[in-house]
Amino acid sequence: MTLVQRLHNIPAVNQSPALRAFVTAAWLGWQIESNWARPFLFAVYVIARPISSVLILVIMYSVITNGATGEPIFAFIYFGNALYILVNSVVTGVSWAVIEDREHYRVAKQIYTAPMNTYAYLLGRGVARLIIGSVSVLITLTFGVLAFRIPLDINVLLFLAATIFGLASLSALGVILGAVTMQTARLQTDLGSLVSGGLYLFTGAIFPLDVLPSWLQPVGYLFPVTYWLEVTRRALLGAHAARFPTFAAFSDWGLIGVLALMTALLWLASGWVYSAALRRSKEEGLIDIETNF
Amino acid sequence: MSNPLAIETQDVRRIYKIRGPKTKGEPTTRVALDGVDLQVKRGELFGLLGPNGAGKTTLIKILATLLLPSSGTARVDGFDVVRDTEEVKRRISMVSGGETSGYGLLTVEESLWMFARFYGLENKVAKDRIAAMAQIMGLEERMRAKISDLSTGLRQKMNFIRGFVTDPNVVFLDEPTLGLDVQAARDVRGFVRQWMDDHPDRTLLLTTHYMAEADEMCDRLAIIDSGKLLVCDTPANLKRSLQTEAVFNLKVAPLGAKPKDGDLLEAVPGVSRVNVADVNGHTELALTLRAEDALPEVLAYLTRRGSSLIALEKREPTLEDVFIKVTGRRLDQAADAEKAAE
Ligand SMILES: Nc1ncnc2c1ncn2[C@@H]1O[C@H](COP(=O)(O)OP(=O)(O)OP(=O)(O)O)[C@@H](O)[C@H]1O
Ligand SMILES: [Mg+2]
Repeated sequence: MTLVQRLHNIPAVNQSPALRAFVTAAWLGWQIESNWARPFLFAVYVIARPISSVLILVIMYSVITNGATGEPIFAFIYFGNALYILVNSVVTGVSWAVIEDREHYRVAKQIYTAPMNTYAYLLGRGVARLIIGSVSVLITLTFGVLAFRIPLDINVLLFLAATIFGLASLSALGVILGAVTMQTARLQTDLGSLVSGGLYLFTGAIFPLDVLPSWLQPVGYLFPVTYWLEVTRRALLGAHAARFPTFAAFSDWGLIGVLALMTALLWLASGWVYSAALRRSKEEGLIDIETNF
Repeated sequence: MSNPLAIETQDVRRIYKIRGPKTKGEPTTRVALDGVDLQVKRGELFGLLGPNGAGKTTLIKILATLLLPSSGTARVDGFDVVRDTEEVKRRISMVSGGETSGYGLLTVEESLWMFARFYGLENKVAKDRIAAMAQIMGLEERMRAKISDLSTGLRQKMNFIRGFVTDPNVVFLDEPTLGLDVQAARDVRGFVRQWMDDHPDRTLLLTTHYMAEADEMCDRLAIIDSGKLLVCDTPANLKRSLQTEAVFNLKVAPLGAKPKDGDLLEAVPGVSRVNVADVNGHTELALTLRAEDALPEVLAYLTRRGSSLIALEKREPTLEDVFIKVTGRRLDQAADAEKAAE
């Protein structure tokens, strides 16, 4: 029996429509994402691509600063960028699944007539990319620590809390984008990439928010990603991060509190946005619409 | 189970907004369903017969909760499709033809299992049913094959298993044999009939624009055109309604342009309906006469027009004749008209 079938034999999974849809969709997403004919390509995708994208930044940084990779700002940038890989993979994951189901596999009718919780289904479809993204992040961080001797000072509890809320908020954001994607008959750009690209500048991934003009900073405060990046940096770099303070007014757990609150709000919002989007899709006849219609 | 109606619609209308760039004066909406009242009894295999663009898919989508009606109400298995969506979804399934859909990278077995899980079937029940249906459909050898490696016919057979494996009360089949070769279409029809025989309390709504398919399979059917249901009865009754008349197929030398002076074939005494089609260098006439003895008048008329008879056939009325009677067009002409309008 396969792992997923074992999971399905757990009574809780079997009986809850939401869990059932979530687990099955996660399995499906994994089949799709890991369906690489050649493992070599998969390795490039998961390991080499993220590392090289961070390396470009490292090189630029080194040229400008004459190789001062020991500075706290370097750790700040490196960790921010490595973690940001996850933003991209989770946020784009769900909206991509919406398009894929509808236009590539053409199963939208079959999915949306099935008696399951389709919100949980979409969330599940994002899991595979979340796992792959997490592996990329771990590898990239490890590489950075070893290659540039970034000093680690890990607070395990803080890291776990940050990760749980961070991933939860990213997933909710992913569903919101997925819901918006359901409405777009003609898709000019991949909405997920657009949003994750846009957030890059405002969430303190590459430079501290304080660098932005003060009227732009609130954009960053609105997104949980900002708090997640900062707490995770603190959880992994300890005193090293403190030498380059952001949100200095907040204690570590104070930041977790803010992150948790924003995550909860975002989840509520995503449920609401999703139902509204589903309703509108049925009103406008968009559920199985194709871009080239 | 007390409600004898499996499907019930009242004055269902559906209007689509037309998207995309518009030139001035073009309509911005399209009426796809124009007040549909439909009643399908439990246990019936009911057919919706109509040309392209008639509104068949639109109606099925509304009944399957994929689309909201612009107005009117629809109930499936006793539940309102708008208010009780979840209840409806638990009781239905839907299979559409003519699209090569599916997660190509899954195997047949995996895909069927996955959909069974979406419907909450127990692992064991799902496996047993999938195996049994695969056997009936002749798919058991290909269960481990990737869907992308299947032929169109096998893929559609797999889709059928998906549609029936969850043991639905009401099944919607939207042009189920579209694009299938003769043998695969026959297999699929056989499967559907067998399933209905084995489950006499289930209901099946099928859309098609194949007359023969509707005639052969359906207990009752409705003809739909431009969003309206025109007639609704058993195929036998529909054809019998024409039986007081005599139906002939005539093949004649090309008739050329219609005479302008009113000397039309329709005006010949005893002729009730004519349909003219130019085919491969001759003209085909589908002729309905009030009585057989009007035929000599028709032949005399053809001679006057300078045409000559190539072949003459008297035949039993078909659903095609019924379609011509209620719409004034042949089914394939209706389709052409729809294409031209787009
Ligand atoms: N999403 C949509 N937006 C705008 N118009 C639509 C949409 N879907 C269908 N239509 C129009 O509504 C009418 C009915 O379409 P529908 O698909 O229900 O017909 P059908 O009977 O299923 O035809 P076919 O045999 O081609 O499948 C057609 O004129 C079609 O062009
Ligand atoms: Mg159709």
